Amino acid sequence: MNTEKMTLEPAETRSINPKVFTMWLFIVSILMLFAAFTSAYLVRKAEGNWVEFKLPTLFSYSTVVLILSSISMHFALISAKKDQFNALRISISITFVLGLLFLIMQFYGWIQLVEMNVFFVGNPSGSFVYVFSGLHGLHLVSGLIVLTFALVAAFRFKINAKSLTQIKICSTYWHFLDALWLYLFVFLLINN
Amino acid sequence: MSTAISTAEEVHTHDHDHDHDHEHHELGFIRTYIFSEDHKTIAKQYLISGILWAFLGGSLSILFRLQLGFPEMSMEWLRPILGGWIDDSGKLDKEFYLAMVTMHGTIMVFFVLTAGLSGTFSNFLIPLQVGARDMASGFINMLSYWFFFLSSVIMFSSLFIETGPASGGWVIYPPLSALPQAMPGSGLGMTLWLTSMTFFIVSSLMGGINYICTIINLRTRGMTFTRMPLTIWSFFFTAVLGLLSFPVLLSAALLLIFDRSFGTSFYLSEIYIQGQALPNVGGSAILYQHLFWFLGHPEVYIVLLPALGMTSEIIATNSRKPIFGYRAMIGSMMGITALAFIVWAHHMFVTGMNPFLGSVFMFLTLIIAVPSAVKAFNYITTLWKGNLVFTPAMLFSIGLVSLFISGGVTGIILGNSALDINLHDTYFVVAHFHLVMGAASFFGLMAGVYHWFPKMFGRMMNKSLGYIHFWFTFVGVYMVFFPMHYIGIAGFPRRYYTFTALGNDSMAAFTDMNMFISIAAIITFSAQAIFAWNFFYSIFKGKIAPANPWNSNTLEWTTPINPEHGNWPGEIPAVYRWPYDYSKPGAPEDFIPQNVPHSATLESNLPEENAEIAREKDIEGLLGAQNESYTH
Repeated sequence: MNTEKMTLEPAETRSINPKVFTMWLFIVSILMLFAAFTSAYLVRKAEGNWVEFKLPTLFSYSTVVLILSSISMHFALISAKKDQFNALRISISITFVLGLLFLIMQFYGWIQLVEMNVFFVGNPSGSFVYVFSGLHGLHLVSGLIVLTFALVAAFRFKINAKSLTQIKICSTYWHFLDALWLYLFVFLLINN
Repeated sequence: MSTAISTAEEVHTHDHDHDHDHEHHELGFIRTYIFSEDHKTIAKQYLISGILWAFLGGSLSILFRLQLGFPEMSMEWLRPILGGWIDDSGKLDKEFYLAMVTMHGTIMVFFVLTAGLSGTFSNFLIPLQVGARDMASGFINMLSYWFFFLSSVIMFSSLFIETGPASGGWVIYPPLSALPQAMPGSGLGMTLWLTSMTFFIVSSLMGGINYICTIINLRTRGMTFTRMPLTIWSFFFTAVLGLLSFPVLLSAALLLIFDRSFGTSFYLSEIYIQGQALPNVGGSAILYQHLFWFLGHPEVYIVLLPALGMTSEIIATNSRKPIFGYRAMIGSMMGITALAFIVWAHHMFVTGMNPFLGSVFMFLTLIIAVPSAVKAFNYITTLWKGNLVFTPAMLFSIGLVSLFISGGVTGIILGNSALDINLHDTYFVVAHFHLVMGAASFFGLMAGVYHWFPKMFGRMMNKSLGYIHFWFTFVGVYMVFFPMHYIGIAGFPRRYYTFTALGNDSMAAFTDMNMFISIAAIITFSAQAIFAWNFFYSIFKGKIAPANPWNSNTLEWTTPINPEHGNWPGEIPAVYRWPYDYSKPGAPEDFIPQNVPHSATLESNLPEENAEIAREKDIEGLLGAQNESYTH
């Protein structure tokens, strides 16, 4: 039946779930927000009077943690597709904990910055690092909220091979937040 | 195959039951009229908010026109309304003058022509014209309006605080806007402005995401992209522009908030206030301008494109002719959308920009003349030899074409960096953008209201009052803005409280011209009361509208006169043709709605359209899949 329905469906309409699509559009708007910030960084840097400093070492470790959380998120999606509920719950929980750990590490990264005498108030080169990591952190908090809903749904058996929309949205958003941080981190590494 | 069809039918019955339930299950007053998820109600909410804002923004402009036209006049009679903003000598407070021009700009650009225009008509027309029961997410749509409402309340309340609303111009350039010491309006008023705009951006993004998602995913069966009315195309491009540019304004505003409230130095550097050096070092005020105009320029098209889309539809309908160059219209809108993002620096020719870079932006800016001219020609060739029906909506649409051309021509002058450096921040610029963006979009808004009022409220607006309103507005707009070009060339700077002190009274020769503009502005503004009365009276007492008052082809006229939530009581109609089959040779009527299959119009089909008949079964076959998409 499934295949027959596919033939009925037009190629150009309804080929993507509107909710997933909404999430993609939302991602585009976040992407533009950070594109504006990184462009502002480049424009400002080109004008000179720019204080150079090293990024906190903790940022490298936190990046690894975030990548690990993305991997466990992917396992969650795979488990949901196979109806392996225990694996699903464990992987979502691991993702959540790793996300939380990332936020804590980012916070300690800020403390390292302060120890290096790079403050939020001061030369924009430092302020930008706080803005990048702070706003990314804020978005990660929203990611954790989305994850909490998925976690609750997983414990109520609401995520399974036949209803994957929620976990798909959740994992898309999470991978995006991961990629976004990678972009910001690499951007800062190259430009510092 | 048979299983698929039977399932589809089950789904359909289920869907129908659901609708049936919906009609009889009365939602309470609050869910029907206030926190409604129905796109039509949300559209009306946007429209009425927009009209209220327009009157407020307009009355601000009358106040400062009084000051400019009659500098010697005593404003004592305004004391009951403005209170302390009238100083002891009976004159308008100078700081408040700056606040008024700032609020006039902010209100008109964002609250009237973005929320009032795009918010109203994208919400109202997208589901009705693409054949959807509602927006992709009714809840986000409702949230979008209430974020806008919250933003409105904050902006409105900023008018009443002691230090006055934001006063640094609608572009709020730092350092003026970043330093509370700089002027009274940069204190609490600016904080409220930034808060309000943050909510506004959130609201716009929610709305825009919904519009794009609905257009892409919820079109009815047979509604291919090339069968979409131009209104939908324009709303689509508008939403794309908003989605890509509003986040950039948010980033600019966030950095400004950090500078204002946390002491960072993104935009501030080496500033002395009353001999005291500020601690901020290393910021760049030009950086703000880059970020702001990256939104600011697309914003011009966010305001204008919906007006262009709606008037294309209205002009084709009332010329009883197919739109000339349907694909060229789409192409030119696409071109304008793309170019909108790479011309922002033409607002910044006087910032000390490298002249070579200035030439690049000049070149890109002048290219916009090409798609704009394509649109203008297509409007005129659609009108050419048509059976013109001069409804008020049609008159306003033709008015838009006129304003778009006369305002666009001065755009070519201002786009040249060499000329712009001379004319920058003069009334020439004010005249230019008021004609091409302000008045043109306003005319599009009015055209839309007159044209779709019957669908919105099930009643007709009074035609004669519509004509009177149009002629007062059309003649008035030209009387206001045309003389401004001369004043601008003479060197009047914009946003100045008084010009009599400029250049040893050399500007005194223009006093009578300023007076003329002010009187024209007062007449034009007063004429809007005719519209307001007509609008609100007709909502309750207008003549009951027929189902298709303008003999139009698009899907919204196939709904009942007062559509319920869900829009069509039965199945959503399928679409078999483009929306511009007007005066087709051989057809008995001069219009063939989009839901009429080619098999029913053998007498007027072109040879290639007879081939379409074979595909009609395919389109019908999509019914099951379409119904299924609503059961999720």
